[in-house]
Amino acid sequence: MKYFPFLWATLWRKKARTIFTLLSIVIAFLLFGMLQGVNAAFQLGVDNANVNRLIVTSRISLTEALPISQRQQIEAVPGVAGVAHASWFGAYYQEQKNFIFAAPVEIDDYLHVVPEVKIAPEQVAALKQNRSGLIVGAETMKKYGWKIGDRIPLHSTIWVNKYDGTSDWKFDIVGVYEFPSDRSQENGAFFNYALFDEARTFGAGTVGWWIVSIKDPNQSAQIAAQIDKLFENSQDETKSQSEKEFTQSFLKQFGDINFIVKAILGAVFFTLLFLTGNTMMQSVRERIPELAVLKTLGFSDGKVTLLVLAESLLLCLIAAALGLLLADLIFPLLKDTIGVVKLPTRVLVSGGLIAVLLALATGGLPALRAQRLVIVDALAGR
Amino acid sequence: MIVSLKKVAKRYTRGKETVEVLHSLDLGIEQGDFVALMGPSGSGKTTLLNLIGGLDRPSEGEVVVAGEHIDRLSGAALARWRARNVGFVFQFYNLMPMLSAQGNVELPLLLTKLSAAQRRKNAQTALTVVGLADRARHKPSELSGGQQQRVAIARALVADPTLLVCDEPTGDLDRKTADEILGLLQTLNRDYGKTIVMVTHDPKAAEFAKRQLHMDKGTLVPGNMP
Repeated sequence: MKYFPFLWATLWRKKARTIFTLLSIVIAFLLFGMLQGVNAAFQLGVDNANVNRLIVTSRISLTEALPISQRQQIEAVPGVAGVAHASWFGAYYQEQKNFIFAAPVEIDDYLHVVPEVKIAPEQVAALKQNRSGLIVGAETMKKYGWKIGDRIPLHSTIWVNKYDGTSDWKFDIVGVYEFPSDRSQENGAFFNYALFDEARTFGAGTVGWWIVSIKDPNQSAQIAAQIDKLFENSQDETKSQSEKEFTQSFLKQFGDINFIVKAILGAVFFTLLFLTGNTMMQSVRERIPELAVLKTLGFSDGKVTLLVLAESLLLCLIAAALGLLLADLIFPLLKDTIGVVKLPTRVLVSGGLIAVLLALATGGLPALRAQRLVIVDALAGR
Repeated sequence: MIVSLKKVAKRYTRGKETVEVLHSLDLGIEQGDFVALMGPSGSGKTTLLNLIGGLDRPSEGEVVVAGEHIDRLSGAALARWRARNVGFVFQFYNLMPMLSAQGNVELPLLLTKLSAAQRRKNAQTALTVVGLADRARHKPSELSGGQQQRVAIARALVADPTLLVCDEPTGDLDRKTADEILGLLQTLNRDYGKTIVMVTHDPKAAEFAKRQLHMDKGTLVPGNMP
């Protein structure tokens, strides 16, 4: 700690150079924070996937509907604990950018299979009593300032309501749901499948996908195979996957996000390595006589090496802290797009570790040069 | 005897060529002495000074300073020894430009176990001794050449070393300022008992020393032998 004022003064010896280097590292870590945050947000869905659940979709495509008659057969498969369904409604509120994941469900079945969703019992009862009832996620309620009792329109990009001939479906908000284990799931809404199935102009008697809870997660692959076997060679062949596999394959539709993020960050940090390394080299080269004076005064080779490394560490850690702090402040603004409210802690921790590695990599060569410096040669300018 | 050199030779290899800068040199300096080392360029004055200050090692012979065979010490031990026993003053001051006078003077004390307050106090005392207490917060660029050299002397003094080695300490100063600096060194020798070995080209500067030694072609000129 007693060396801090010396290190700090050394760091700001060339203010403009330090500021520009600092800025480039800040921007690199801001990018790191944002991209890794997005990656982690996508990964969160995979990590939070329930091992006790299977998702059964059409073998052809996720958008292909399945007949509701499949339900009894799926329920009869040994090891199945419960079956629920959901369908893609493609809803937004007022403007297309206000996307809401609204799904028509049979609420009792859904809550049985997805118990992470928490709704007050009287609100569940209210949904069942009101055919046009809607239970909205806590985040969405807050975002639009809705309250229970409000009547709101949701525009469907797929379904036309045959009773009024429009795609604007009117709902009465009767409750709020929470998803305590993953708050990013609170930006959706549930409404009655009965209303949806009766009022849509096509596709009656079908569902989007099945959500199947199973008794033993170790049996997951076998049960999935058994379900698919049931509908083999039928018009409605199925593809059953664990929730985790389903989430992963869903994300793969956007491309290998993990790879893309790593490739971009790899290029950024590779460039940064040369930039910061060059700055550190230049800084040490300019200070050869000063380093020689330090050694003359009694600073050992090891101590001078550590001082150069500490300077590099100080620069990288300050810049990384600023970059990650900025990312932490900006990241919540992406909440509407990716659903995650806060930059995951593991992104901040891994950012800190990368800053240390960057400091060691960029400070290593200059530190070695300082360590090998021969006092009499350096003082004589040789 | 605070400095004792016996049969010291120093050779440098530059490419394929080996140059012997000092030849079998013997030298003794008593505690409290003020010695001026004079001689033409290339005579080996600075090399001898570097050996006495523990900045370099002899190719042959024995160097004993402040009771320590410094030619036998490891690199780290030699660095520790320098910090405890020797203060250095250079021709071009060699101050850290980003530190204040106070910061520069405190620098050698970072190697001690003194508290921050004690370091500050000792540095202020050293600056007072050289007459620069009121310039403690100034950076080197805000000081004149003479003032910078005073800061360098304060830095050399602050750890209370037994020996001061000065390499052309007035080589970059005008006559009046040079005389002030030499007067200060004389005071440190006389009133504070510091042993001083000073390399200089300037006969007037050498007059401030108690003793003058002349070097030529890597040896002490006879008649000046200790």
